[in-house]
Amino acid sequence: MIDFSTLASVSIALSKGMGVAIEIFFFTLLFSLPLGLLVAFGSMSKCTPVRWLFNVVVWVIRGTPLMLQLLIIFFMPGLLQCNIWGQGEHGRIIATIVAFTINYACYFSVIYRGGIQSVPSGQREAGEVLGMTKQQIFFKITMLQMMKRIIPPMSNEIITLVKDTSLARVISVYELTFTGFSFMKSQGLVWPLFYTGVFYLLFVGVLTILFNYIERRLNYFK
Amino acid sequence: MEILKVSHLKKSFGATQILNDISFSMEQGQALSIIGASGSGKTTLLRCLNFLEKPDSGTISVCGKKIFDDTDRTISFDKDIRTKRLHFGLVFQNFNLFPQYTALQNVTLARELMAKETGKETKAEIEAAGHELLAQMGLAERANHYPHQLSGGQQQRVAIARALALHPDILCFDEPTSALDPELTGEVLRVIRSLAEKKTTMIIVTHEMAFARDVSDQVIFMDGGVMIEQGNPHQVIDCPRKERTRQFLARYTENSSTFSR
Repeated sequence: MIDFSTLASVSIALSKGMGVAIEIFFFTLLFSLPLGLLVAFGSMSKCTPVRWLFNVVVWVIRGTPLMLQLLIIFFMPGLLQCNIWGQGEHGRIIATIVAFTINYACYFSVIYRGGIQSVPSGQREAGEVLGMTKQQIFFKITMLQMMKRIIPPMSNEIITLVKDTSLARVISVYELTFTGFSFMKSQGLVWPLFYTGVFYLLFVGVLTILFNYIERRLNYFK
Repeated sequence: MEILKVSHLKKSFGATQILNDISFSMEQGQALSIIGASGSGKTTLLRCLNFLEKPDSGTISVCGKKIFDDTDRTISFDKDIRTKRLHFGLVFQNFNLFPQYTALQNVTLARELMAKETGKETKAEIEAAGHELLAQMGLAERANHYPHQLSGGQQQRVAIARALALHPDILCFDEPTSALDPELTGEVLRVIRSLAEKKTTMIIVTHEMAFARDVSDQVIFMDGGVMIEQGNPHQVIDCPRKERTRQFLARYTENSSTFSR
């Protein structure tokens, strides 16, 4: 039987793990959303070497497991005798955010590129004949039309990111899954691990509502 | 006053010669129509004038000032391209309105961005001018509608207002009614006609022969990237001298009611 005090203490511990997961999620998005745009522009560059460089980076990042990337980012500095991440959990969380940001920026860049290329060239030309600069055309004309088109694929990636935060356990970050797992080792309890699913579901539920809201808000134009 | 002079303009895409030695000039207040079959280079000519395509050779002068000359290194294509583009306005075949902006915002956007740089006009002034332009187009009631809420004819009239908002020296129309049904074509042609009556300098690429004959001071017939015939509308459309022009126009007299007055 599950008594109330155990349920409460597990819930509190899992909420803390959830907090770490949200921290990783939030900062990864904060950095990877704009970085992805840069990578997208790089991969569409007119300069062939630049385009190649970005395409190779995207290939490597999309072609290897995120878990492996995380391990390399975390352990590599130590192997090179310059442990920039330090000893504490804080450093491990930062390493996670760095690895996730690079990974997600590459995935986002491909979605951005598709979105930008799906805006008809007539839109850009209409801006050009009206004497607008390239920046004005992107920020005032292309960007919103691109955003409207990429919301469904972006919502997929962003929801995947919620669950990818559980990978941080491989470098001992006490995020939600690792916290749930720890009850098995310390108290022989299996159910807290199953219980973590409820937290993920709630988080993704909130995101789904948010994406539906954004999609509705952008429905005012076609 | 000679407002536009184009000399020996050439443009090819790969091995295909799209424009071959195009030369013409026009006076301020004139309307010039360019007719010809699809693929004859009419659209490419307009795109060159609007600096959307770079001609291979030749010159373009506006108000006596050269703005394109492939032999003169001081006038490179990209230099001051934004200023040079502003000599011309372009109305597209498929409107290309910005879907996320209202009719009014479509008209005012470019001018507002420009005012941010120069600080010459206030937002209120620009909006008032925008409302006035839309009223001229018969769209006073539609200022706050989004493009998808407008008919094709209304969208094209917004596009005309948008092009006029920047006071171009020469307004270009690229088959402005080709995407419209006959009823909507009428309302767009009426607007263009009223602009011609106000002596707006215009270049109109069109398949509406009767309209071209009515409103233009000058007509050019193009075929295969070459100017076959040029002159006043009566000369070119009613009594063409060249066999190719006659062949082309014959199709309109045969099966087009728009040709008969």
